Amino acid sequence: MNTSNKIILEAKNISKYFGTITALENVNLKVREGECLGVVGDNGAGKSTLMKILSGLYKPSKGEMYFYGKREVLESPRDSQNLGLEMVYQDLALAGNLPIGENIFLGREPTKSFGFLKLLDYKKIKELSEAHLDKLKIHVKSSDQKVEELSGGQRQAIAIARATAFNSKLVIMDEPTAALAIKEVSKVLDLINGLKKIGVSVIIISHRMDDIFAVCDRITALFQGTNFAESELSKTSKDEVIGWIMGKK
Amino acid sequence: MENKEVKKESLFLKSIPYFEKYGILIVLIIMIVGLHFMQPEVFLSWRNITNIFKQVSWQSMLALGVFVVIVTAGIDLSVGSIMMLSLMVLAITAKSGADWYIVVFIPLLVGMLCGMFNGLGIVLLRMPHPFIMTLGTLYIFRGTGNLISGGSPISGFTDEVRFIGNGRIDLTWLGLDETQYLPVSVILIASVFFCMWLFLNHTRTGKWIYAIGGNPNAARAAGINVNKILVIVYSLCGLLSGFGALILAGRADSGYPNAGLNAELDAIAACIIGGASFFGGRGTVLGVFAGVMIMGILRNGLNLMDVSAFWQQVLIGAIIVIAVYIDVLRKDLGTRK
Repeated sequence: MNTSNKIILEAKNISKYFGTITALENVNLKVREGECLGVVGDNGAGKSTLMKILSGLYKPSKGEMYFYGKREVLESPRDSQNLGLEMVYQDLALAGNLPIGENIFLGREPTKSFGFLKLLDYKKIKELSEAHLDKLKIHVKSSDQKVEELSGGQRQAIAIARATAFNSKLVIMDEPTAALAIKEVSKVLDLINGLKKIGVSVIIISHRMDDIFAVCDRITALFQGTNFAESELSKTSKDEVIGWIMGKK
Repeated sequence: MENKEVKKESLFLKSIPYFEKYGILIVLIIMIVGLHFMQPEVFLSWRNITNIFKQVSWQSMLALGVFVVIVTAGIDLSVGSIMMLSLMVLAITAKSGADWYIVVFIPLLVGMLCGMFNGLGIVLLRMPHPFIMTLGTLYIFRGTGNLISGGSPISGFTDEVRFIGNGRIDLTWLGLDETQYLPVSVILIASVFFCMWLFLNHTRTGKWIYAIGGNPNAARAAGINVNKILVIVYSLCGLLSGFGALILAGRADSGYPNAGLNAELDAIAACIIGGASFFGGRGTVLGVFAGVMIMGILRNGLNLMDVSAFWQQVLIGAIIVIAVYIDVLRKDLGTRK
């Protein structure tokens, strides 16, 4: 594993209250460069809330976040994207009617100027997206193919490619294999291992122990909105982690 | 293995994407050839062709406006009423003795403001569907048009105002005779369609309009301000309806209460025949042009053959259903791999 000791994201004492409901209470989380952190927990344990706070979608009620040791306050997902943090959504935020390349660059399309007109640079979109797909070893017929023509696994790969196309340092994935056919799961897991090799850190939320144990370096478990247990992957077992999810140590 | 499968793909399957893009043009060409054989002396005459273009001129503006809205998976039922209100304001402004450039500019402004009203209403009132907002404004705008005009026609505009809808470009310098002129509205249609094609296919905003139609959540996640784009889209639709009013003012030389009545349905029909999908994100400017022309040529051809207007209604209805059924069949073929 290519894990260094440089901590790229640290969340300290994060709490989040929705009215009288406590979703998170004093949660801590660290991610190192090139590391894959698995976040496990039962439904309602606070995983998704925590990820939404990290990506800037929610503001924490209490607590601080540090990127590369510097304290940052996120006002919107745009802020976290500017810091190099991207989220791959469970419902695959892709537009099926657009080609692969245009999905990868959606919202950040390169343009060419013709006088006062700024027109899309389709050639650049194609070149850059195909180079990026090659780098991640994602194989598609052509970047001109529409996303709706792809299988679920290919779409997940494109969603990950989209999240990593702009020098992102950390990618958060919410159940990246939940909607996939079994034979496609391994391809997505290979892709995640590939990201680690090029120095991109990954946080994975998953219910599938097989996935967690195939890609993660470290596992942290949330239980009822608090840190419950944490371990290096090599020092724990599937049975132990399943126990953590159910609140047993 | 994979190579063999690719080779097995028949020519028919390979031609599907081209058919998807240009199929409707083939239908248009078949219609033109067919009508030419049925009416060899009249149909392809200069006079008849310019007539067709003049007849579809203002409808094509409405269809193009509705098309941009349909791409976002929305609908605008108020385009006919926007056109009528813009036309009435134009007529009143003209009668008040305003300079011609103000009279020409005013319907565009009114149209755009009406469209913006639709867009802001949909976004700010969080309407469950644009259908409801624009159904409301279908009545509101037409009612307003009748209120300001007293429900009676206002006629007689200056030549400058009528130039867009009624102007002729002399082609005698090309050796053609005087009846073979080029209507100004043809040039306008061509320029507006070209600009819309450039806008939708080659600008970021245009791409985002398609993205919103494909998956609004994806657009939002990509940092696109979906509400802002929707307001732009409805404003643009209104602006094009205002263009329609300007053309109609030139053709009819009158602002009249029934202008654009049921025109929204013709506009929607042209988009659907041209391959736009109500689910959004699909369709092309070229397709809309073909849809408009198919409806115009069908009406013209049936008129030439003395077919009653009632049969025309039946046939246009049938074409809508058939065009969409062909689309359904095409999708079946596309997904059966």
